[in-house]
Amino acid sequence: MNGNYRILLPVLSLAVLMAAVFYLQPRAMSYFGLNLLFNLAVPIALATIAQMMIIMVNDIDLSVGTFVSFVACVTATFLNDAPLIGAAILAASILAYAGLGALIHMRQLPAIVVTLGMSFVWAGLAVLILPSPGGAAPAWIRTLMTVKPPLVPMAIVASVGIAALTHLLIMRSSTGTLLRGVGGNTRAVLRAGWSVTRLKAGAYALAGFFGVLSGMSLVGLTTSADANIALRYTLLSIAGVILGGGEFTGGRISPVGAVIGALTLALAGSFLSFMRLSPDWQIGAQGAILILVLAVRLVFSRRSARVEG
Amino acid sequence: MQPPAPGGHAPENPLVSLVDAHMHFGAVRALDGVSLTISPGECLGLIGHNGAGKSTAVNVINGGLTPTGGAVEYTLPDGSRATGAAARAAGIRSVFQELSLCPNLTVEENLRIPQHDLWGPGWRRIARKRIAKALDEVFPGHRIKPGMTVGGLTLAERQMVEIATGFAEATEPARLVILDEPTSSLDASIAHQLLDYVRGFCARGGAVIFISHMLGEVFEVATRIDVMKDGRITQSRPVAEFTQQGLIDAMGHVASVEATTAIREDAATRIGEEVLRTDEGLSARRGEIVGLAGLAGHGQAEALARFFMGRSSGPRHSSHPDVVFVAGDRARDGVMPLWSILRNLTLTHLPALTRRSIVDRAAEKVLGADWKRRIGIRTDDILNPILSLSGGNQQKVLFARSLASSAPIVVMDDPMRGVDVGTKREAYDMIRFEASAGRTFLWYSTETEEICQCDRVFVFRNGRISAELTGDQINEENILAASFEMQESTA
Repeated sequence: MNGNYRILLPVLSLAVLMAAVFYLQPRAMSYFGLNLLFNLAVPIALATIAQMMIIMVNDIDLSVGTFVSFVACVTATFLNDAPLIGAAILAASILAYAGLGALIHMRQLPAIVVTLGMSFVWAGLAVLILPSPGGAAPAWIRTLMTVKPPLVPMAIVASVGIAALTHLLIMRSSTGTLLRGVGGNTRAVLRAGWSVTRLKAGAYALAGFFGVLSGMSLVGLTTSADANIALRYTLLSIAGVILGGGEFTGGRISPVGAVIGALTLALAGSFLSFMRLSPDWQIGAQGAILILVLAVRLVFSRRSARVEG
Repeated sequence: MQPPAPGGHAPENPLVSLVDAHMHFGAVRALDGVSLTISPGECLGLIGHNGAGKSTAVNVINGGLTPTGGAVEYTLPDGSRATGAAARAAGIRSVFQELSLCPNLTVEENLRIPQHDLWGPGWRRIARKRIAKALDEVFPGHRIKPGMTVGGLTLAERQMVEIATGFAEATEPARLVILDEPTSSLDASIAHQLLDYVRGFCARGGAVIFISHMLGEVFEVATRIDVMKDGRITQSRPVAEFTQQGLIDAMGHVASVEATTAIREDAATRIGEEVLRTDEGLSARRGEIVGLAGLAGHGQAEALARFFMGRSSGPRHSSHPDVVFVAGDRARDGVMPLWSILRNLTLTHLPALTRRSIVDRAAEKVLGADWKRRIGIRTDDILNPILSLSGGNQQKVLFARSLASSAPIVVMDDPMRGVDVGTKREAYDMIRFEASAGRTFLWYSTETEEICQCDRVFVFRNGRISAELTGDQINEENILAASFEMQESTA
């Protein structure tokens, strides 16, 4: 599948789902309705981008959910009460991510195990900071997340912005190309004289950075935090990357696709609510949607492989 | 265009000089005192059989490996001399045999990997210009666009991109390009374009090291040929002083005759009816030792794997195996690193040791002790971890694992890799003994000495069988002749 074709399926699935939502609930077809539908998509999109950075270098991050929760707790407490300390903690956590990336590469550790271990560390820290739900969002984040731009709701503007920025960063810039090269053929990058350790640390640092943004935007929307606020983001982010046309190995990822994938997943939740499906079934139904889209993709890629072969 | 005479440019100022370079990996001497110089305008054909040290020499020249002894010196573009990590600054580029492109990136993006100066605004435009220019120059009439994703290109097109990357313009222009089997997936007319370009490149003062199993190409393009054998350069002469037959002779050495005749003496009584035949022409009879020879990576391992996978599927296989496999790459296909010697040994035999779904530990121990004695695994306790053994003894365990089964056919994927001489000799005896008991062996080996132990040999080239040798035909000369392509590479 070439790059242009790869993006088609995520766009199509989002369009189909949107059409279904509008059919069920025509009132959603408004500024307010759209805002409501996609409001919670912004932190999910950012977490998906974070996950994409890791998948880009052939690893996987099982700690995204607890990391975003940790960041949310820091944002709702330290960043609100003592902005400097809060910012320092968040910067340190990004550095920790970079260090993890370097460690995983240097010691050739399986990322899936290391990040699973780290997920408990982040979860523990989050509980230490905020033992019971509470805290308050810093006013400027709150303002930023609830701003009402003319014509198009904030959630859409933010999503487009995130997609454009990460597309420039990963798909167009020379450093992003190098990072994708690590996923495509690590040996080639190594042989050309680059430090793969440094590149992997960079990819992980980017993941940490977008994880921090995700947590902050989440608090901006919810106004308070909880140590378990974003646990489901781990699986949502992986699903979002794959739904958006990415692959687990080989550095084949698409930032625009990942954002669309995240929007699709967020919308799927609303769609199922509109169908009056009990919340108990929603997670299962979301999984069914995911499997359906992946099955369609498999059919497409099989067919294109046959044409090429 | 005629290749320039090596003396035409200042030979006293070579681009690279290796002086008595040694490279030892443990006990293996990959380079054993190599001295060579390459001057501007030269095209050096480097040839040799498997394990002769070509790849190691290339990696020492391009700075990928630091030699354990001796010196490597480069001449920088400004005329000064340097050692160590100066290979890149000296304009030395390598095009490797196994493809080193990133399939997820486009052609122009792949240029970013080797060219460190491509960054900042407009890098993409520069990359596009450079790669398009190189492709146009080396392969006029190609249909590769810089925006194409490499994963969507054919194998030949990928190799073309890789070669073009090696010659592409950069801040440090290419002065010595090392081409390791550059034409392995190019068709004859495209390969010819490359040879023409290489001649022109050398005429303009560049230098090329050309490694190929196509002797015709080497003769066409090289100004000098160096023959490598056992980590040394045994001959180094201008191309005109060699003939193709002379090269084959220069690559080989006299094989020990006594050992090989002994094994074939009983061949007539040992070998029975045909037990296998594959579509590609591989066949073997009962009690026969069949060798798969040729240069490494020409389809032997794949042929074995295809045959083994084809015969080892199905529910009945685990209890009554038809074929068993002896791995050569122990870490990847062989040992279970955390298990004991005993567990490793009995792995394929477990179904026979099972009583009511439970492994019969007593029977397992008896079997283990029996094989420990029979093949002489050097350990005090068979319950020690497998990694406590030396490589040779680990390989013995893998042999025992396969031979303990009742399978009539044994497939061996270069099993003596990195094994000491003593163990090898014991293994040869073991194979002979098992063959006389009616087992058939399919034996892929990169070492001619081992291939000469076989009753029949299939030589592979470019993924196909290029020759079938039997009896006295099996000697190094014939194997080399079938491994290297003799005919001219004209379209």
